[in-house]
Amino acid sequence: MNRAEVKGTTAIHNNPVRIRESRGYRTFTVFNTIIMILISAVTLYPFLYLAAQSFSSQEAIRDGLVSIWPVGFNIDTYETVLKKGDFIGYYGNTLLYTAVGTTFSLLLSAMLAYPLSKKSLRLNRFLTPFIVFTMYFGGGMIPNYVLMTRLNLIDNLAAFVIPSLISTYYVLLMKSFFAGVPSELEEAGEMDGLNKFGVFFRIVLPLSMPIMATMLLFYAVGYWNNWFNAFLYIKTKAKWPVAYYLKTIISGTNDATQASESGGSIAANLKSCCMLLMAVPIICVYPFIQKYYVQGMMLGGVKE
Amino acid sequence: MAKKPVVNHMGKRETLGRHIIKNWQLYLMLLIPVVYYLIFRYTPMAGNVIAFRKYSAGGEIFGSGDWTLRFFDFFGKRRFRLTLLNTLRINIKYLLVRFPATLIFALLLNEIHHLRAKKLVQTVSYLPHFISTVIVVGMIKELLSTSGPINALIALRGGAKISFVMKPEWFDMIFVGSGIWQALGWGTILYLAAISNINPTLYEAAEIDGASHFQRVLHVTIPCIMPTITTLLILDIGGLVGSGGAFEKVQLLLNGNIKDVADILSTYVYDLGIGSKTPSYSMATAIGLFEGLVNLILLTIANLVSRKTAGSSLW
Repeated sequence: MNRAEVKGTTAIHNNPVRIRESRGYRTFTVFNTIIMILISAVTLYPFLYLAAQSFSSQEAIRDGLVSIWPVGFNIDTYETVLKKGDFIGYYGNTLLYTAVGTTFSLLLSAMLAYPLSKKSLRLNRFLTPFIVFTMYFGGGMIPNYVLMTRLNLIDNLAAFVIPSLISTYYVLLMKSFFAGVPSELEEAGEMDGLNKFGVFFRIVLPLSMPIMATMLLFYAVGYWNNWFNAFLYIKTKAKWPVAYYLKTIISGTNDATQASESGGSIAANLKSCCMLLMAVPIICVYPFIQKYYVQGMMLGGVKE
Repeated sequence: MAKKPVVNHMGKRETLGRHIIKNWQLYLMLLIPVVYYLIFRYTPMAGNVIAFRKYSAGGEIFGSGDWTLRFFDFFGKRRFRLTLLNTLRINIKYLLVRFPATLIFALLLNEIHHLRAKKLVQTVSYLPHFISTVIVVGMIKELLSTSGPINALIALRGGAKISFVMKPEWFDMIFVGSGIWQALGWGTILYLAAISNINPTLYEAAEIDGASHFQRVLHVTIPCIMPTITTLLILDIGGLVGSGGAFEKVQLLLNGNIKDVADILSTYVYDLGIGSKTPSYSMATAIGLFEGLVNLILLTIANLVSRKTAGSSLW
C-alpha cells in the first residue's frame, strides 16, 4: 500500500514538469546532464584507481604512471594476497562476525520494534522515550570501553558485536513499517487461532520483507565495515576482521618515499587489492536492494 | 477468541495488570532488548559518574571514592581549547558545504526525467555511503600520495609534488572533500522522498500562474520540503560539537604533522583514556560528558527555535 503510494506520486510528479520546455530549460538540462556525469565519474574514480593499482606493477605505481588503467599488468598481487593465509583468515573472521552480528541484530531489533509499533500497548508511553533518549545522549567512549573491559569480553566475538547490536534509529524505521501493516490481517490471524508470536512470525514478518531486507543490508554493512570495535576489543591477530587488518596496513604515512610507520612500507598495489576485495561484496549487493532501502529511509522522513 | 477486538476496543478500562497479562507475549518480546538497553546503553550513561571520581583500570565503576570536580579542570588545558576549536571548525565547514550541496544535488536529480538514467546516477551516488571509513581513508591516502594521480597531474603542469596528508593547510579540504564524496548521494534520499510527496496540482497551479521552471522550484518545491530541511538541519546542529562520524576518519588520518589542525575532542578523549599507557579515565570521561551535554543542549535549542519559527520539530 505504502509502496504503491510512493511510486504513484513519483510518477505523477515527473509528468507535469515536462510540459512546455523553454529554451532556458533546455540549456539547463544540458548542464545538468554534464553535472550528473561529473558527479558519477568522481564517485567511481577512486574505485577504478584502486583496481588499476591492484593490477599494476609496483614500479609503475612508484613512478606515478598509473592513473586509470593498469600499467605493467599482472595478477601477482591477487595471488600473493589470496595465497597468503592471513588475509583469507581475516576475511573469514569478517564473514563470521557479520553473519552472527546481523542475525542477532535483526532478531532483537524486530522484537523491540514490533511491540513498540502497537499503539494499544500501554507501556510504550514509557518505552518509546526510554529508547529514543539514547539517540541523543549516552555514555561516551570511555564509559562504554570501561564497561566492556569490566565484562571480560576482550577478544570475544561478543565484544565485536554487542556495541552495535541494536541501532535505535533502525528500530524506529522498523517500527514505522510495522505500524503500517494492516491490523485487519493481524486480527484475522488471531481469529484463526494464532497467538501474538504466531501473528508476528507468520503474518507480520513475511509482509515486512522490504524493511527486513533494508535492515539486513544496513546491519551487515555496519559489521562488515567496522574496524573500531576490533581495534578496542580484539587483541589476538588471528581474530582480526579484515577492516582492522586494513587499518593496520593503511595507517602511518601515505608516502611511498617516507615510510615512517609500518603502513608506509606496504606496497600500494597490495593495499589497493585488499581494499577492493573488502569492498567487492558490498558493491555487488547494494544495488539490488536499492528499491527497499530508499523506501526504508523514507519511513524516517515521515513523522508519525 | 472472536471477542478479542472488542476487549481491545475498551482497552482504557482494563487494569494495568490485566493489560500486561493479556499482552504478555508482546511484553516478553521486549524483555531482551530492554535488558540490552539497560546494560549497554544506560549503564555507560550512568558510568559517566567516573568523571566525578577517581577511576583507575579494573576499579569499580560505581564504587567508592570521594566526589570531586577536579577532572573538569581540562577547561584550562591548551589541548582542550585546541581540540574544541578544531572540532567546531571542521564540523561547521563540513556542514556549510554538505548541507547546500545535498539539497542542490537532490533538486538537480529531480530534474532528470529519464528515469533509468536518474536511477543509475542515484545508485552510483549511494555507493560511497556503504564503504568503510578504513577504505575511504585508504583511498584518500592512495589518491593523494606523492606517486598518486593528483600529484601526477601537478607534475604534468610543472608544479612541485605535495605531500597532501602531511600538510596542515590541506587537512580541512581533505576532510570536507572526502565527506562530501561519502555523503552527497545518500543525503538526497529524504529530500527526494519529500519532493515526491508534493501535491502535483501545486505545480500545475504555479504553471497556470505563469511561473517559470526556476520559480516553481523556488516557490513550490522548496517551501514544500521545508520541514525536511529544518529537521535535518536541527540534527546537524545538534552534532556540531560532537565528533560522531568524524572520529573514525580523523583517527585514521591523524599524523604528527597535522596534529595542530586535525586533533579533535574525541581523539583527545581517546588518547587520554584508551590510547595512553597511563590512562586518565576520569578526565577523559569528563571531556566526553562535556561534549555529550553541549550537543544535547544545542539540539534542544535548535529544536525549540525550529518549533517556534518553522513549526516543525523533532519532539
